[in-house]
Amino acid sequence: MSNAIVKLLYPEGVLLNSEFTSAEEVIKAIGDKLCIAGYVKESFVDAAIEREKTLPTGLPLGGRINAAIPHTEIEHVLKPALGMATLKNEVNFRNMVSPDEFVPVRLVFLLALEQPKAQVEMLQEVAGVLQNSLLVSSLLEKRSYEEVIKALGNE
Amino acid sequence: MDMPKRILVACGTAIATSTVVAKAIEEALKDRGIKATLRQCKATEVKSLVSDADLVVTTTPVPSDLGVPVIQTLAFLTGIGREAVIEQIVEALKDK
Repeated sequence: MSNAIVKLLYPEGVLLNSEFTSAEEVIKAIGDKLCIAGYVKESFVDAAIEREKTLPTGLPLGGRINAAIPHTEIEHVLKPALGMATLKNEVNFRNMVSPDEFVPVRLVFLLALEQPKAQVEMLQEVAGVLQNSLLVSSLLEKRSYEEVIKALGNE
Repeated sequence: MDMPKRILVACGTAIATSTVVAKAIEEALKDRGIKATLRQCKATEVKSLVSDADLVVTTTPVPSDLGVPVIQTLAFLTGIGREAVIEQIVEALKDK
């Protein structure tokens, strides 16, 4: 059960089967939603985009679908939250552990962390989701926030 | 009694992934009866903190000439190669 994710996942910040052509576009699209809702400061989106350039968050998952977990320093966050996007077409993020490599990504979790140690459960749950390849595949097929919550709550 | 091994866990700047990694390593070592103290830091802080560490585990590139073993891995996030990395960590701590 991904209780922390379910609690923190902001409904308007869940973009499904969306079409973007760059990591920046994805981060901005989800980040803007979190900003409008008061979860993050206006500086968050630019900070996350900048951070992604030098400290990328692409994660190869060993199968057909890869993920990314963009985030940035806690000073840009007002309240903890999670945004998510599933991508219709692969978008390149750079590999977190090998930034010279590209990772074609279709699942993105945007993390608005106010205090990482206090949100360790949410982070562990995100890692748990990424390690569950069946769940990752099924998330890409969901077309509503409710379907996503159901899938995450049942796993 | 063995002195606890000291592991420095590094990631980018927000200490997000190192939080998950540190917990995962702690639990894996506990399962094997290995005592370790873990400290999280940013990649940029590694050089200044490494003198108090026996091993560095990181999700992001760090300098390689640190004088202690460095394991760069996403295994605790993605699950891929996790068991192998745990063995690597155990081995690296053995000679300390």
